[in-house]
Amino acid sequence: MKFSKRHNNVLPGFGPTMGYTLLYLSLIVLIPLSALIFKTAGLSWHDFVAIVTAPRVLASYKVTFGSALTAAGINALFGVLVAWVLVRYPFPGKRLIDALVDLPFALPTAVAGITLATVYSANGWIGRYLEPHGIKVAFTRLGIIVAMTFIGLPFVVRTVQPVIEELDSELEEAAACLGANRWQTFRRVLFPLLLPSVLTGFALAFARAVGEYGSIIFIAGNMPMVSEITPLIIITKLEQYDYQGATAVATVMLVSSFVILLVINLLQKWSRRYAE
Amino acid sequence: MSIEVENIHKQFGSFIALNDVTLSIPSGELVALLGPSGSGKTTLLRIIAGLERTDSGRILFNGEDTTERHVRERKVGFVFQHYALFKHMTVFDNVAFGLNVRPRSNRPAKPEISAKVMELLRLVQLECLAHRYPSQLSGGQRQRIALARALAVEPQVLLLDEPFGALDAQVRAELRRWLRKLHDELHITSVFVTHDQEEALEVADRIVVMNKGRIEQAGTPDLVYDHPANPFVLNFLGNVNLFHGRLSQPGVGQHESNENVVSYVRSHDIEIERSPLDSTALKAEIRHIQKLGPSVRVTLAIDGTGEFIEAELTRDVFQNLGLQHDEQVYVRPRQVRVFVEDYQI
Repeated sequence: MKFSKRHNNVLPGFGPTMGYTLLYLSLIVLIPLSALIFKTAGLSWHDFVAIVTAPRVLASYKVTFGSALTAAGINALFGVLVAWVLVRYPFPGKRLIDALVDLPFALPTAVAGITLATVYSANGWIGRYLEPHGIKVAFTRLGIIVAMTFIGLPFVVRTVQPVIEELDSELEEAAACLGANRWQTFRRVLFPLLLPSVLTGFALAFARAVGEYGSIIFIAGNMPMVSEITPLIIITKLEQYDYQGATAVATVMLVSSFVILLVINLLQKWSRRYAE
Repeated sequence: MSIEVENIHKQFGSFIALNDVTLSIPSGELVALLGPSGSGKTTLLRIIAGLERTDSGRILFNGEDTTERHVRERKVGFVFQHYALFKHMTVFDNVAFGLNVRPRSNRPAKPEISAKVMELLRLVQLECLAHRYPSQLSGGQRQRIALARALAVEPQVLLLDEPFGALDAQVRAELRRWLRKLHDELHITSVFVTHDQEEALEVADRIVVMNKGRIEQAGTPDLVYDHPANPFVLNFLGNVNLFHGRLSQPGVGQHESNENVVSYVRSHDIEIERSPLDSTALKAEIRHIQKLGPSVRVTLAIDGTGEFIEAELTRDVFQNLGLQHDEQVYVRPRQVRVFVEDYQI
């Protein structure tokens, strides 16, 4: 690849900006991540496989990725709803609610975890009403999903909101003139236009949930094989000075996350196939 | 289907968009709502479509009150200025949309829909683009697809909101001739909004001139052009010159003598002569000459009053006269319309 190739572009600075981008990404992302893989490479293939496929580790992948996908799915659904309400309907306190959406970004995750665990525990504000129905949230996998949903909420709302704002009201009017009812208009006209941004929000919420540690360990109960997340396994290994084991599991997480994000990106590209 | 608009009143906040508008559109006609921006023409069109609610008054389709009927049930085809095509659907799916969203009980079968869509695409001469996306089409093509989409549901009324407003001059001219031809084939009652007098004069069977939420005049293009009801209509349909004056003798219309009046002369109704033929000629000096393709616009200052007037000549006449800057000539209005001086343009 030739980065120095002269572009007939009115905006100057391709060289310096590209150079800076590469340097920056290397320092912030690439070098730390390659150090991780480098450290893992100290292990033999046999040891590596043994560590990353240990039953307890395998169970943690299932908990982490399964819960993260579920949470991202919940966020995609309700995030669109929240964004829709925030854009479309005027109501008192709208700005306040709008600001509230960002709160999960700002709150230290440990605070979020402790709060959620308290509220959803058997005698917490919400937990006491769920408990009699046999629904246990705190210290179960459900708790993990709740925590992941909490921290991922802003992503979908914030990516979808501007797209809903940009939707041309003429599209809905055109659909109505052609005889479509509200639901058909949403499903056939509006939703396909929102889908790329919903997927972006989904991907971000998912990535955030996979990497989440602080809030989950307080609400999860952390029972091996049941409600133990992969990041916790990594921390545990670190505390036992098993650096290579920790990096091995981290590498698997990294690669899986990357593959899933790549797939979501491809999906997103497909959902925008009409824009050329 | 005929459309009756009865005493429609519409207000947005303190702005009166439509003030007691009554209009009757006979079945099968192509009617232009003509007016400057803010005259309420688009609001009227949207109220007819059911996209906007009226504060008071009624809309009747074929004598039937449709004021409270939802836009879905009005069976109107609406064409938007900026096409409003569904960009994530192919041209085919766009046109098929109105048929695909019908309840299952009266939705045509797939092959029927397909045949109908292709027939419409043939009608708008774009059948080869069926599987393209709107982003791959030109503006003129998009508007024709929007029209095909509106026609797919077999509307009883076709409403077009500045349909050619976003297109360049040549495509505009081509498309409006095509719309006229299409209307002559389909005979569907159509109303289109425009601020372009030329477009209205060329395409419409009838022109409704609107201003400040009211209808100033409605009639055939010949009527509104040759017999404008008031100075606004006269001024909106072509360039006019104003002469302030006082009637010296009664008999012009119903006006009394000595009344302050304004006479209006269209710029192409002004003749320029080298020597005065009779006493109606005024002495003037040429101040500016502007060549506009086939015609030439000459700005003159009337001797004595210093008022400026504009005359539009054909290129031939201009060349025969051999007019120059700062030359003394005589101007003679060919056709004068007199209105009492109470109207401000």
